[in-house]
Amino acid sequence: MFLVDTTSTATDERDVGGAAQPMLIVRDLKKHFAVRGAAVRSTARVHAVDGVSFTVAKGETLGVVGESGCGKSTLGKLLMHLIDADSGELIFDGGAIGTRDMPLTQLRRNLQMVFQDSSSSLNPRLSIETSIAYGPRVHGASASEAKAKARDLLVRVGLRPDIFAGRYPHELSGGQKQRVNIARALALDPRMIILDESVSALDKSVEAQVLNLLRRLREDLRLTYIFISHDLNVVQYISDRVLVMYMGKIVEIGAVDEIYRRPRHPYTKALLRSRLSSSPDERIKLAPLTGDPPNPINPPPGCRFRARCPHARDLCATAEPVLEDGATGRKVACHFAEELADA
Amino acid sequence: MRNLQTTSVAPVAKDMPLAGKIPVVSPLARVKDLNVQFRSRDATVHAVNGVSFDLMPRDVLCIIGESGSGKSVTMKSMMRLLPPKKTVMTGEIEVNGHKVLDLSERQIRHLRGAEISMIFQEPMTALDPVYTIGRQITEAIRAHEPVTTSEARRRALELLELVRIPSAVSRLDAYPHELSGGLRQRAMIAVALSCKPKLLLADEPTTALDATVQIQVLVLLRQLQDELGMGVIFVTHDIGVAAQIADKIAVMYAGEIVEFGSARDVLVNPAHPYTRAMLASTVHGQARDADLPVIPGDPADLRRLVAGCRFAPRCGVSKSLCLERAPSLVGVAAHHDAACHLINSLT
Amino acid sequence: MTDITTGNTITFQGPPAVSGGAEARSRGYWAGVARRLRHDRFTLFFLALALLIILGALIAPWLGLPDPFQTSMARRLKPIGFKGHLLGTDELGRDLFSRLVYGGRTSLLLGIVPVVLATLIGGLLGVVAGFFGRGVNMLIMRVMDVFYAFPSVLLAVAISGTLGGGILNGLIALTLVFIPSLCRIAESATVQIRALDYIEAARATGASNWSIIRTHVIGNVLTPVVVYASSLISVAVLLGAGLSFLGLGVEPPTPDWGQMLSSLRQSIYVQPLICALPGLAIFLTSLSFNFISDGLRRAMDVKA
Repeated sequence: MFLVDTTSTATDERDVGGAAQPMLIVRDLKKHFAVRGAAVRSTARVHAVDGVSFTVAKGETLGVVGESGCGKSTLGKLLMHLIDADSGELIFDGGAIGTRDMPLTQLRRNLQMVFQDSSSSLNPRLSIETSIAYGPRVHGASASEAKAKARDLLVRVGLRPDIFAGRYPHELSGGQKQRVNIARALALDPRMIILDESVSALDKSVEAQVLNLLRRLREDLRLTYIFISHDLNVVQYISDRVLVMYMGKIVEIGAVDEIYRRPRHPYTKALLRSRLSSSPDERIKLAPLTGDPPNPINPPPGCRFRARCPHARDLCATAEPVLEDGATGRKVACHFAEELADA
Repeated sequence: MRNLQTTSVAPVAKDMPLAGKIPVVSPLARVKDLNVQFRSRDATVHAVNGVSFDLMPRDVLCIIGESGSGKSVTMKSMMRLLPPKKTVMTGEIEVNGHKVLDLSERQIRHLRGAEISMIFQEPMTALDPVYTIGRQITEAIRAHEPVTTSEARRRALELLELVRIPSAVSRLDAYPHELSGGLRQRAMIAVALSCKPKLLLADEPTTALDATVQIQVLVLLRQLQDELGMGVIFVTHDIGVAAQIADKIAVMYAGEIVEFGSARDVLVNPAHPYTRAMLASTVHGQARDADLPVIPGDPADLRRLVAGCRFAPRCGVSKSLCLERAPSLVGVAAHHDAACHLINSLT
Repeated sequence: MTDITTGNTITFQGPPAVSGGAEARSRGYWAGVARRLRHDRFTLFFLALALLIILGALIAPWLGLPDPFQTSMARRLKPIGFKGHLLGTDELGRDLFSRLVYGGRTSLLLGIVPVVLATLIGGLLGVVAGFFGRGVNMLIMRVMDVFYAFPSVLLAVAISGTLGGGILNGLIALTLVFIPSLCRIAESATVQIRALDYIEAARATGASNWSIIRTHVIGNVLTPVVVYASSLISVAVLLGAGLSFLGLGVEPPTPDWGQMLSSLRQSIYVQPLICALPGLAIFLTSLSFNFISDGLRRAMDVKA
């Protein structure tokens, strides 16, 4: 019998800014990469994340969706400070990151990341316990403290420590590995977790197990999530709000229910219409979009989606649409969002 | 060895206005009691355990299952693509009258490409990076048919147009890395179709694609299948993909077919507890404030198969009988079979 | 099982209810390697042979062998089995078996020590170059390329020719020869590992570079480096013998297989079998280490 000790009290002493202060504010975040392998001194630059601004409220889950090359994974790494941004401002619970209010070491304790399950997500030479205990050790915990923490966390993620603590990654199934990855992210008692395609590689039945676990942890530990995924169904299930990216920019952001019921940006519409039904009676006869998502290398002026947009007009080629506020925190970056509302 | 009842699928060709007259069509492909084991230094993996099915001409069969269910291995063995040194195969595979497992290396090479073709998840593994798309298609054609270079090139252009590659003429001279992911996938399909195969094998060809591109490729594949009258075996873990493209669906678990039937039968009226649980646990608009139904535990360990029904340890309704005796496929309805002892007591 | 505070059910992942044969107690990577080696009789045989040679060299003074330096003009070049001399005598009448055992001390020293040193130095340089990349990588790897440009034999001869003879200089020369190739192996392995998710995850905890290298990089670079290094021992034995043969390694009268081969070669028409013995010792030692290396490679390859 394992008892989980939850210290869920009404307030969290780590909560500096109060409930109304967003957990994370992102302002005009930019990251451009030089194209590798291009001619020497070429000016080709990938606009991976290009002026992205949003906020994440405490306790909410923000889904980030988009296709390959839209910059969603780069966004996650920028937020984690695994790569440096070209420009932009990040504010965690009222403290600007990198300043005295929120130095990087403190951010690391507050913000963690769970990667996609893959053969490389865990160090093959370390036991599960050692892998989880590594973070606390880095932050000064004694070996026995870190070990005890690791065992507690194994219980939390539903793995019996007496069986799993000493095991090695190759002895685990994909779902078990992902539970360990989650435990590792929890080891520093973070308040916010970025989940980058964290269930994408799992089999469907295991995916459901891990999603249930993530929901329960969110409640028990009052976590805030950023859930990056290409799977619209999963994002719908786990998220409160959703952010849609295309070529490094946000095209639409708002509450999940609203966006899924009435998408307003033509790209969001196409993305949602490309979802496959599990009933053979609801087959898609005609693909909603043609072509591939382009690489954001030196994007042309105007709307980035216009090359694939069925509603593009002259204005779209010249003026870049800005992310405009709509009702109830809904924002859309399309010149004709109002007009197309019922289309 | 388990005695599996071969699924008999009525040979009714689609859109055939021959009321009252049922034409006798023999299957395009037959797999009978296929067993595949991988032997390695440390263990023997029982990847496929007594799989039998028929594929009728012009039919699209989806094999669905989780990783390690044996779906891919079943398909690869139909083209004998498994490493011969480590693989032990028994059973019968017949494709278009050829007994695949009895053919010589040379005969199987001739069969590949000409009568059976395959497309993969990652086109870069199937396309040669150092040759242009046009060259790869013309070579594939000329390997099987005595045609001139210019004739082969003309056919290559036709194929690129067939798979709806825009500005096909210029794409003939493009190298694989110069194409986007979706176009590369189309180019690979063009290569696979170069000799008008009777049977197309597709191994998760859309899994790595973005949603908006995946649906394009699925719609295209269905059109091509119809235009060329091919039989298709399509392996996927994605129920949505199967619902979009399949005529028939075989559900595999632990190297066995646990359910077989039309796409509607299997997806709308699933009979086997595994199929039901898998459908229920797939995320598709469930209430956000409730737990998802799950299948407890982990996929079966193919190195140590359990006795009885392989799904029993994870099954919500299993009885002691299930742990003792392995069930075989029995009819649930016409042309709809499931391998479960409790099929009649489940509703 | 119920979580008392929240009332949520926690389902545990344990072994399945029905499990065919209990999963063996979980093992570390090295335990697995050892287990696979234990089943590899071929490698075990050569491992035993190598250990025998090494052991013989180590405890030579206590084996009660005839004095390897005791010359005798009367008993020069006696055949194998000559009374009192198990393997006969050399051109100065010294006991050949004793000289072979004592010679193993210098030959193995020249074979093993440079490889160990080069593994430490080259491996570390390679890990640093691979992990930090950019300028550091450029600097280290380009310097290695300069050394790499020369054939190893030529390089060894050139270095020890410049430094002069003697065991110490021989050791230095051989160490320098092996550093570049080990550095390159370690570098390419590190570059691959650096991009993996668990390194990113370690960075995300705020761990320092050295902590990441210690905990996450070295353990994973070790496999390819150890396999490669073990294959170098046989090369080092040969090269060391070669240096001595050329008069650049060990100075007479200290016994060394290469140097023995060199001085005995003049007597090849008198006692061909005796003359071949030091060569046979070099051959067997080199062969053993080669097979051990192959065995290690197989045992360490998890995918097979």
